[in-house]
Amino acid sequence: MTATHAGLLSRRDWLLSERPASRMQARLGRAYVAWRRFSANRLAFLGLLIIIALLVVAALADVLAPYSPTFGDLKGSRLLAPSAEHWFGTDDLGRDILSRVIFGSRWTLYVVILVAVIAAPIGLLVGTVAGYAGGWIDAILMRITDIFLAFPKLILALAFVAALGPGIENAVLAIAITSWPPYARIARAETLTVRNSDYIKAVQLMGASPFRIVLRHIMPLCISSLIVRVTLDMAGIILTAAGLGFLGLGAQPPLPEWGAMIASGRRFVLDQWWVAGAPGFAILIVSLGFNLLGDGLRDALDPRSGDQ
Amino acid sequence: MTAALSVDRLEVVFDRFRALKGVSLEVQSGESFGLVGESGSGKSTLLRAIAGLAPAASGSITVNGKKLGARRDKAFYREVQMVFQDPYGSLHPRQTVDRLLQEPLAIHGFADGEKRIQRALDEVGLGTGFRFRYSHQLSGGQRQRVAIARALILEPAILLLDEPTSALDASVQAEVLNLLEEIRRRRKLTFLMVSHDLAIITHMCERLMVMQNGEAVEHLTAGDLVERRVSKDYTRNLLRASDGFVRA
Repeated sequence: MTATHAGLLSRRDWLLSERPASRMQARLGRAYVAWRRFSANRLAFLGLLIIIALLVVAALADVLAPYSPTFGDLKGSRLLAPSAEHWFGTDDLGRDILSRVIFGSRWTLYVVILVAVIAAPIGLLVGTVAGYAGGWIDAILMRITDIFLAFPKLILALAFVAALGPGIENAVLAIAITSWPPYARIARAETLTVRNSDYIKAVQLMGASPFRIVLRHIMPLCISSLIVRVTLDMAGIILTAAGLGFLGLGAQPPLPEWGAMIASGRRFVLDQWWVAGAPGFAILIVSLGFNLLGDGLRDALDPRSGDQ
Repeated sequence: MTAALSVDRLEVVFDRFRALKGVSLEVQSGESFGLVGESGSGKSTLLRAIAGLAPAASGSITVNGKKLGARRDKAFYREVQMVFQDPYGSLHPRQTVDRLLQEPLAIHGFADGEKRIQRALDEVGLGTGFRFRYSHQLSGGQRQRVAIARALILEPAILLLDEPTSALDASVQAEVLNLLEEIRRRRKLTFLMVSHDLAIITHMCERLMVMQNGEAVEHLTAGDLVERRVSKDYTRNLLRASDGFVRA
């Protein structure tokens, strides 16, 4: 008991050492400090738990779902109220709603991750290049950004989906195209605050190319505020995807996407509230999780909070 | 003996404000040259213009007999390096000392990086214990030592020093100045040093130039300054100010 306690203590000392002996130790120590700050925030921790639960549910959907998400018993189990047999009830085609919500988590994750992977790097690149280069490059890139920002997000996404055709892949593409401009703005603002600092000047004096400076010295400084913003936006991405699904332009039947499920449950919302209620509640929980996580990350990763 | 660095009628203009009005100076190889003047006299601008951080409107800068163009090439940065005034602002907040020192080596394609980093840290009196620290884990004096190590790691012949100790407290100031002096003697470096502190300049430099409002007021030797053989009123005022206030 005391031995393991001492072991834990020395490992902590090793992580928090003021004199790291290797690159690895320095990096781990930093991560540990950020983690300690993050996990001290109860709500953020709850958000993280929700997101982990979402990941687990999506990964184990085949095992967890009691019924098939796409085939139902049309004869005997249409629009059943929640019961021990069907925890969330059944929909108009006799499908188990719990199973559909469980499988729907995969599509939600698919949308969120793809949008983040496409939109965040575009925004980061456009913003840092514009901010660092300045002059006409800045003017051109930021006016393009302004044009994208001038449209309401959902309307622009609708227009893209209408042009590309309905489907979940096109919905992802449309959301990604409409969600990068705020990231570009943030990255540019961060870049402007550091581009004239002495440490960037010092790298210029090493003879570094502008490309190298942006990639290796400016981008790492922008990434933490971008991660925070992307995490906070994930709730919005889920809602936009659900909105497109609701309007019939996102996921197509019989895909168990939460937005599309709400759309099909709309017809019975007064009498069979669980059809639309269950996926709606799932969206609420996951959005809340991402928001709490984002708030916690902001506190943990903020580059301006002193001792980072 | 050829001049390591010569500046001829250099003009620097920021938005129609003439920060430097045709300043000329010549620094011999191995010499330590001081620039003195009040805030806003253009001494830092002169340093930055030489380093290529401030745009020269007219005039010329020659380093080791080679005239510099508007853009500096990589070879220039191996000849000339700079130490900044504020050690709290000149180190990247997200990089370890190791990463900071590796960057110039990577840019210039040195193969024996490991050895050079060790040597650079030893030279500035920081053991390997400091190698993987982030800048926020260092004191002001330690930071400035890292900045000096970074400037020296490319083995330049000329070091530009922009008030390298003005942000440090007195005891640390002396340590850093002694370190610089020792490195200069060992490596036979040429220094161009900016300071508003006349004591530091007389201690460190053989010759100096007094500046005011973007112009050179007069050229002196350190001996002149100590014995107060100055001809201009402005320099006399600076000397009087540096004596500090006298209790009446």
